[in-house]
Amino acid sequence: MNQLPRTSAFFALQAEVADVLSTEAHLLDDRQYNEWLDFLAEDIVYFVPMQRNVEVGTHAERETTREGKDMHWFEDDKWTLTKRVEQILTGVHWAEEPYSRVTHLTTNTQIVTAEPSVDDATIVEARSRFIVYQNRVEYEEYYFVGKRTDTLRRVDTEIGWELVRRDVTLDQNVLLAKNLTVFL
Amino acid sequence: MSAMGDSGYRSLVDPEGGIVDRSIFVDDQIFNDEQEAVFTRAWLFVAHETQIPNPGDFFVSRMGTESVIVSRDRESKIHVFLNSCRHRGMKVCRYDEGNTTSFTCPYHAWQYGSDGRLLGVPQNLTLYPDLDKSQWPLVEVPQMENYKGSIWATWDADAPPFLDYLGDAKLHLDLTLDGRDGSEGGSEIIAGVHKWIIPCNWKFPAENFLGDTYHNISHESVDLIGIGPSAAAGQKGRRDADIAEYQHVWAAFEGGHGVHSALRPAELGYQPTFRDHPAVEEYYRKCFESREKRLGDAARLVPFVGTLFPNTSYHGGQPRALCVWHPHGPTSTEVWRFFLVDADAPDEVKELLRKYYMRYSGPAGMTEQDDMENWNYATAGSMGPVARRHPFNYQQSMHASSWEGPVAGQVSTQISEQNPRRYYEAWAAYMDGQSWDQIYSLGQQARGNGR
Repeated sequence: MNQLPRTSAFFALQAEVADVLSTEAHLLDDRQYNEWLDFLAEDIVYFVPMQRNVEVGTHAERETTREGKDMHWFEDDKWTLTKRVEQILTGVHWAEEPYSRVTHLTTNTQIVTAEPSVDDATIVEARSRFIVYQNRVEYEEYYFVGKRTDTLRRVDTEIGWELVRRDVTLDQNVLLAKNLTVFL
Repeated sequence: MSAMGDSGYRSLVDPEGGIVDRSIFVDDQIFNDEQEAVFTRAWLFVAHETQIPNPGDFFVSRMGTESVIVSRDRESKIHVFLNSCRHRGMKVCRYDEGNTTSFTCPYHAWQYGSDGRLLGVPQNLTLYPDLDKSQWPLVEVPQMENYKGSIWATWDADAPPFLDYLGDAKLHLDLTLDGRDGSEGGSEIIAGVHKWIIPCNWKFPAENFLGDTYHNISHESVDLIGIGPSAAAGQKGRRDADIAEYQHVWAAFEGGHGVHSALRPAELGYQPTFRDHPAVEEYYRKCFESREKRLGDAARLVPFVGTLFPNTSYHGGQPRALCVWHPHGPTSTEVWRFFLVDADAPDEVKELLRKYYMRYSGPAGMTEQDDMENWNYATAGSMGPVARRHPFNYQQSMHASSWEGPVAGQVSTQISEQNPRRYYEAWAAYMDGQSWDQIYSLGQQARGNGR
C-alpha cells in the first residue's frame, strides 16, 4: 500500500483537506459559482472519463477512456469551466433554468501524498468518495456516485488551497442521466 | 397489425396538411409496433471500422432495442450478430468492446467463433448426438455494408442495397465521411462513444437533426457566451461563422431521409475558422484549397446536419459526429454518439477538435444540454389525454420547396418543416407495412400532387 505514516500531523492535514472539500461542496450547492471558480487553479485539469465493461485482464488497457486521446464526459481547463459557469448565469440555459437543487456529499477523504512533507505540505493529493444528488424541476432525480482524486496547492486565500487537478471516476457506463450540468 | 386498426398509421400523419398526431411520440403500442415495422427493416448504423481494426476485435452495438455484436473475424471479415445465445438467449457478450477468438455463453457454455459459427456445445456427444452445429450459428444480419468505414446493417434481406436506400442523401453523408480536403473517406472515430439516456421519444432528436434550424433560439445561452474554435478571438456563437454567408438548403429524399446542407456562393472565398489556433487555421485553409482543386464547383456544398431514416443522424462540420437515437422505451432514448476526425489530420488538429466536441456535444456539452431539456419536456408535455387530442403543427414553409433546387431532392432554401413532413410520411408507410417500392415512391407521388 505504501501509505503515509499516520502521525498527528497527517491527521491534521487530512482534516484540513476534508474541510476544504466541504467548503467547495458548499460553494457549489449554494450556487456561488464565481467563488467556486476562484478556488480552481489557473492550470486546473478537470477530468471525468467514461467507463467501459471489459474482460478481466484488459481493464488497464480498455476500462477507462484515456486522457489526452479519447472522448470523455469532461476534460476541461479553466477557460472551459468558466464558460460553463457563464452559461448557467445567463438565465437562459434551459438545462439549468430553473436551477436544479444539488447536494454534494464528500467522504472517505484520505491524503495520498504530501509534498514536500506532511509537516509543511504545499501540494497534496487526496482521494475521496462522493455522492452528488440532483433534483430537477418536479420529478427528476439523479445520483452521481464515484471516486475523486484531487491535487490541491496551498495558496494565500481564505480557503488556503486551490484545486489543481481533479480526476473523477463516475460509476456509470451508459450515463443514466440526460445531462451533466452539475460539477462533480 | 397496428394500434390504429383499419385506418392505419397514415391517419396519424398528414403531410399535406402539416399535422402529426402526438400519440406517435408517447404511445406504448406504437412504440412496440415500431420495433418490428421500422427497426427490423431499415438500415441502421452500428459501428465504424476503425473501432475494430484487428482480427478478433469486436464492438457491441444496438439495432433498435436489441444488442448486436459487430465482430471482425480471423479472416478480417466484418459480421453483425444478434447478441443472444441460440440455446436460451443469454447475451454471449456483455463487454462493450475487446478482442476474442470466440464468444462463450456464460449460461450453458455454448461457444461461437468470431465468425458466428457454433464451435462447441458441452457434452455434445452424449446430449446432442444428432446436433447439426452448422444450423445453429449466432443469428447474423442478412445485409451489412461498410461504407467509407461506417458500418450499417439491416435485418431485412429484401431491403434495397445500402446505397439505393440512401438515394440522393448519399452525397450529404459523403460530405460528412469524406476528408476535409475533399479526398474520399479517410475519417476515423475518436475512441470513446458517448452513451446516455434521454427521457424522450427517439423521434424527437431524429427529427431535430433533419434540419430544425428554427430551434436556434433555444441555444441562446451558449451563443451569448461563445464556445466555438474562435471564441477567444471574439467570435460569439457555438461554432465558427464560416457558413453564415452560404445559401442554406433543406433537402428531403425518398425513404424519409432529410438533410440541411449549405452552398457557398460562387463569388465567396475561404472564410476563416479556428482563429484561436493559427496552425489549425492554416491546416483548414489548405484543406479548403485542396478541396477546391479536387472537386471544383462541387466543393461549394458543405454538410451541416441530417437524419438518415430512421435513427442515424450526423453533424457534418463543427462538430463532426454520427449519432444513433436508439429506441429504449416510448419515452426513453439511449443515444450513442461517435465522433469523427480525418485520420491523417495533424495531432494538434485532432486535439483541438476533441476538446471542442466535448464542450459542444453530449450530456456535458454546453450546446446539447438545452436540446435534451427540450426533448425531455416536449415528450412529458405530450403524454396526457388532453394533450394527445391536439396534434403538432408541421406547417412551416408549406409549398415553399422545389424539385428543381440547387441540390437533388425536394429542396427548400428557407427554414422549413418539409423534411419532417416527408420523414413522418415514410415512417407511416413503414408502420403500415408498405412494400419497399411503395415507400420509395412517396416522393414521386408528392411531386405529382404538387407538394
